Amino acid sequence: MSVLEIKDLHVSVETDQGTKQILRGVNLTINEGEIHAIMGPNGSGKSTLAYTIAGHPKYHVDSGSILLDGAEVLTMTVDERARAGLFLAMQYPVEIPGVTVTNFLRTAKTAIDGEAPAIRTWIKDVRESMAKLRMDKSFAERNVNEGFSGGEKKRNEILQLELLKPKFAVLDETDSGLDVDALKIVSEGVNRAKENTGLGLLLITHYTRILRYIKPDFVHVFVDGRIAEQGGPELADRLEDEGYDRFLAETPVG
Amino acid sequence: MSAASTSTAPTSSPTSSEALPTAEQHGIKEHSDGRFGFVPVQTRSARFKSFDVADFPAVTGREAVWKLSPVAKFTDLTGGVLDGSAYDIDTASHADVDVSWVDRTDSRIGTAGAPEERAAANAWSAFEKALAITVSGEEAKEITLTRANLGSAPRAAHTIIEARPFSQAVVILQNTGDARISENVEIIVGESANLTVVTVQEWNADAVQLANHFATIGRDARLKHVVVSLGGGIVRVNPSVHLAGQGSDTELFGLYFADAGQHLEQQVYVNHDAPNSRSRVTYKGALQGAGARTVWIGDVLIGRTAPGTDSYEQNRNLVLTEGTRADSIPNLEIETGDILGAGHASATGRFDDEQLFYLQSRGIGEIEARRLVVRGFLSEIVQHIGSKPLEERLQGAIEDELRGTEGN
Ligand SMILES: Nc1ncnc2c1ncn2[C@@H]1O[C@H](COP(=O)(O)OP(=O)(O)OP(=O)(O)O)[C@@H](O)[C@H]1O
Ligand SMILES: [Mg+2]
Repeated sequence: MSVLEIKDLHVSVETDQGTKQILRGVNLTINEGEIHAIMGPNGSGKSTLAYTIAGHPKYHVDSGSILLDGAEVLTMTVDERARAGLFLAMQYPVEIPGVTVTNFLRTAKTAIDGEAPAIRTWIKDVRESMAKLRMDKSFAERNVNEGFSGGEKKRNEILQLELLKPKFAVLDETDSGLDVDALKIVSEGVNRAKENTGLGLLLITHYTRILRYIKPDFVHVFVDGRIAEQGGPELADRLEDEGYDRFLAETPVG
Repeated sequence: MSAASTSTAPTSSPTSSEALPTAEQHGIKEHSDGRFGFVPVQTRSARFKSFDVADFPAVTGREAVWKLSPVAKFTDLTGGVLDGSAYDIDTASHADVDVSWVDRTDSRIGTAGAPEERAAANAWSAFEKALAITVSGEEAKEITLTRANLGSAPRAAHTIIEARPFSQAVVILQNTGDARISENVEIIVGESANLTVVTVQEWNADAVQLANHFATIGRDARLKHVVVSLGGGIVRVNPSVHLAGQGSDTELFGLYFADAGQHLEQQVYVNHDAPNSRSRVTYKGALQGAGARTVWIGDVLIGRTAPGTDSYEQNRNLVLTEGTRADSIPNLEIETGDILGAGHASATGRFDDEQLFYLQSRGIGEIEARRLVVRGFLSEIVQHIGSKPLEERLQGAIEDELRGTEGN
């Protein structure tokens, strides 16, 4: 049984105006098979948490720790984290010129498994996953994310989630920019991945609408760099009705 | 960040080229070094030409053709005495490809072009015999000529590659070892011939090569010209193609990979001088390591004599590390209103930290990530060479280039 533990995490970023504190003591434990939703207003630090878990060099960890099955993640390189079983579906996936989706997926799969996948089954897996995500076959030969629409980029992230089979995945606003149909397709992909591999999910979102399709076990309200309140799915409903005002009023502006 | 990408669509009366900046859709972030775009030069066809070195003043480095080159590092080639004797060539014989040394009086010499700068004229004045490669026969064939023992004393060379009418061949010029050479290569493509010339520069690290290729293409003939520059200290290969016959066609490809301290340069000139001629210029380069330097200048002239021209040129550079410099200067001169299309694009993008992060976040190590991106970027050129064994070998050579600075 895998577990991802985030303990008293403090993170800052260098800006032109100097060091800016963003995360101010985040505590969170996610067990395999659990779905945790993190909801919070713009700028509260949700993406910062996601990037810090993945190891983006821009974010500086001042203190705290992230443990994956007891092993310190913070000392691992970005690719080591991925190979250890962490995955980040990005809010803004990056375009990689010159590298086709096919080539990229095969290289990533090989890196994560430590060996090349068996050709025949791999090609079949890729094809099936793409079909289920309603991605046209032609995407396989296009350069990664190059010229993809916002929704296509998000599907491409979930395609990777399905194929790379991580232990824990952080989905950073995977729902934003998707119309209802695309939202359903993408949510189905996430649910499929969970059914097949039993992964743990950290679902970052601004709105509750994705929670209609992906049912969280826990909901955390994220405000000003830390978790301000947590509860079950009912907390999301309450946020839907009340918004974040209640939490924002309690914290100083800035 | 900015991009230079312009295209001139056929309109009713374009007598000069219009520069309409359009958004780049290539997915790489562009950066401007302020050098590309339209440069007000004298019309390219009006440039001074001579076969005699004495007609050119001493090189100062301010000349249009030299201003981006480290001229102080090869004064022996632009002004000194050059050894013009024949040298060792390694090649397998082929019934329909004649390879021999010919005298200066050979009737083909001087028919494809003439020097526009002093190093080329110096070589022209100095060569004793020309190496002539004469292709006949309509079936496809491939021949490789390897120069490996040019030595490090300054020398001149002259080469003629002639494809007889209706003939077909791939001619590969393979360059390795030491060299300090200024040379001219004349490429004569006869009516309806289909010739591919590939010149591969894998010199030793100290080598200096200043090469000018002059091509003239006959009616309905086709030249594919590929410049691959990987090894050498200073490598300047300037192809100049004269689309002289109606319906002539040329595709010019270039691939270069500059490491720390290397200067790799190419000045490409396409002269559309006959109706319904077509040209495509695609050069791609990667830069890695302190002081890696590349220059690409692409001049396209669509003359009054060339109605129905279809032309496009592009240069793309991929910057892998800090401390490099890539100049990219497209120039398009259009003298006729009756064209099918003409455009150019130039972009220098960096393999940036966000791309690296994305690939690493999928488990791919840093070195592998760089390799993936560079291989993808350059393979567009490699795939067009048209010789499978060479394509495979060059993929390997590119990997070696990447590995060369793995420690960085
Ligand atoms: N690289 C950076 N440089 C400067 N400021 C940054 C940087 N990254 C994040 N910030 C700031 O940190 C704060 C938190 O940003 P973050 O992207 O984590 O918020 P978020 O909760 O994901 O917001 P959103 O809902 O808009 O996606 C914001 O004020 C943001 O401007
Ligand atoms: Mg965010």
